[in-house]
Amino acid sequence: MSLWEYANPVKFIRTTDKVLPWVWTLAGLCLVSGLVWGFFFTPNDFRQGSTVKIIYIHVPSALMAINAWLMMLVASLIWIVRRHHVSALAARAAAPVGAAMTVIALATGAFWGQPMWGTWWAWDPRLTSFLILFLFYLGYMALWEAIEDDDTAADLTSILCLVGSVFAILSRYAVNFWNQGLHQGATLSLDKEENISDVFWFPLLVCIAGFVLLFIALVFLRTQTEIRARRTRALLAREGQA
Amino acid sequence: MILSVRDLAVTRGGLAILEGVSFDLAAGEALVLRGPNGIGKTTLLRSVAGLQPPEQGTVTGAEDQIAYAGHSDGLKAMLSVTENLRFWASVFGLTDIESALVAFDLTELRSRMAGALSAGQKRRLGLARLMVTGRPIWVLDEPTVSLDAASVALFAEAVRTHLQQGGSALMATHIDLGLEEARVLDLTPFKAAPRARQMDEAFL
Amino acid sequence: MRALLIRDLMLAIRAGGGFGLGLAFFLIVTVLVPFGVGPQTELLSRIAPGILWIGALLACLLSLDRILALDWEDGSLDLLATAPLPMEGIVTIKALAHWITTGLPLVLAAPVLGVLLSLPIPAYQWVVISLAVGTPALSVIGTFGAALTVGIKRGGLLMSLLVLPLYVPTLIFGAEVARRGAEGLTVQSPLLLLAGISFGVMALLPFASAAVLRINLR
Repeated sequence: MSLWEYANPVKFIRTTDKVLPWVWTLAGLCLVSGLVWGFFFTPNDFRQGSTVKIIYIHVPSALMAINAWLMMLVASLIWIVRRHHVSALAARAAAPVGAAMTVIALATGAFWGQPMWGTWWAWDPRLTSFLILFLFYLGYMALWEAIEDDDTAADLTSILCLVGSVFAILSRYAVNFWNQGLHQGATLSLDKEENISDVFWFPLLVCIAGFVLLFIALVFLRTQTEIRARRTRALLAREGQA
Repeated sequence: MILSVRDLAVTRGGLAILEGVSFDLAAGEALVLRGPNGIGKTTLLRSVAGLQPPEQGTVTGAEDQIAYAGHSDGLKAMLSVTENLRFWASVFGLTDIESALVAFDLTELRSRMAGALSAGQKRRLGLARLMVTGRPIWVLDEPTVSLDAASVALFAEAVRTHLQQGGSALMATHIDLGLEEARVLDLTPFKAAPRARQMDEAFL
Repeated sequence: MRALLIRDLMLAIRAGGGFGLGLAFFLIVTVLVPFGVGPQTELLSRIAPGILWIGALLACLLSLDRILALDWEDGSLDLLATAPLPMEGIVTIKALAHWITTGLPLVLAAPVLGVLLSLPIPAYQWVVISLAVGTPALSVIGTFGAALTVGIKRGGLLMSLLVLPLYVPTLIFGAEVARRGAEGLTVQSPLLLLAGISFGVMALLPFASAAVLRINLR
């Protein structure tokens, strides 16, 4: 019994149907407890006041914005190499979720930046990179929509995802080169002295877990939808009606 | 035998249309594919020409042997007749275009822009292109569209010459070309039962 | 391969819109900018390197859909695919023809248009050099975008959406070379990075473009 068996669409739907309620429940638990803990039971930061609490949405969504693209990259590679339909459809399903996470990260960042930096937007490398990432998501989704044949679309978008990933990394370096930023350094690096203190760290961890679970749940659900849409078309084809 | 097709199945737009098609084409032989509209002649020819991977089955002997002529002629309106032909000749590594001009009665039009040709003349130029490829297997999709009777005769003559030189031709056409020696393969019996592509079967 | 290049160049000259249109567009953009931001020499000379780069990039973008769409429509691509040319070679030649007909004239026109924008004297050479190094990358990346959208009706807008994010690193490094040149700073590192991107995409991207084109042809 190998992992690839789950690449069978029918098997995927059957398995995820069993798993999904649990993922939803866990995601809800983590999100509610993490956010409540973070918003109401942590002290205000001595410099940033209560605005620091936006971190409980900002950091997890920013993480998921990047991780969603990584997941699409892996799924695209699996489609190119092994041609499992579920993989291509999962990449397609993840794109809007990732794009939404990017928007959330950008929006919460703007809300946070206004009181802290005195501006909603600055052409800071991190902000700019996220904006570019959002453009990549838009292009990727638009290409999926524009092509009628499912397998052609899967092939083209997966190549776009590979090429886009290389250019996204290039853009990241280019943007760093182009402008030094306002944005603080990584909050979560494990080797730095100036990490945030445990009081903020634990609720943040719970929130991140919540966002990861939420992402998984959404991608499973959307992949199921894509599979069912494909199944409908295949059934119509079998009846000779398409 | 120079071209051999075995158990070919092709799809179009996510639907299986033909399956189990097998035939051989020997040097000096012509094969005409027949069948109603939508049976999949064009798709089959594109698969044989290597433009589209078949869903199943094999095509052997096609690699770098095929000159394909589809519905459109691939002509550039802003190039003259000779420039168009010379371009395709040099793509295939040849230089002689005179015999092709003569065979399709294009010598008088040689310096005319392709955009100023009539539909039938364009078609003749498109077919003349086959002669400058030097490829032994001609794969032709509705070659006689918009040709008048005299031009059809020219075309039949060109095919016959090609066959005599050891070439072969695979054609999809509705009309009678006057090529008595051509074998005919009716595709109707190979029509696939309504079903999705095999790739989509996993979804059922 | 040489025949294909010669044919493409000949078509660009005869059919019009090859050499001329991109250049005219570049001119219009440069003329419109002072209307938009005001005629102050000081302001114009500061933004001139960036404007020239943006103008060149947009002029490039505008002509991308001609690279493959025309050959797709008249069936030439099908025929080329069955010809003894490797697809990678075809897309490389197509990109080269696009650069010769669009990129090269832009490089040559940039100093003339620089006068209109009061480009600082030391910047002229760096604008030309950065465009000369960077526009080949624009053509090669653009060919990839054109190959992705070749089968799509009215794919021009979609192609812009796909290609523009890919243009970001080239634009950043190219404009940075021009800007630093204008300010008399050292340009070595952005110029090397720009050259790196150009050579990198020229070496690798044709494989992706060819793969995409094969998928679109089937």
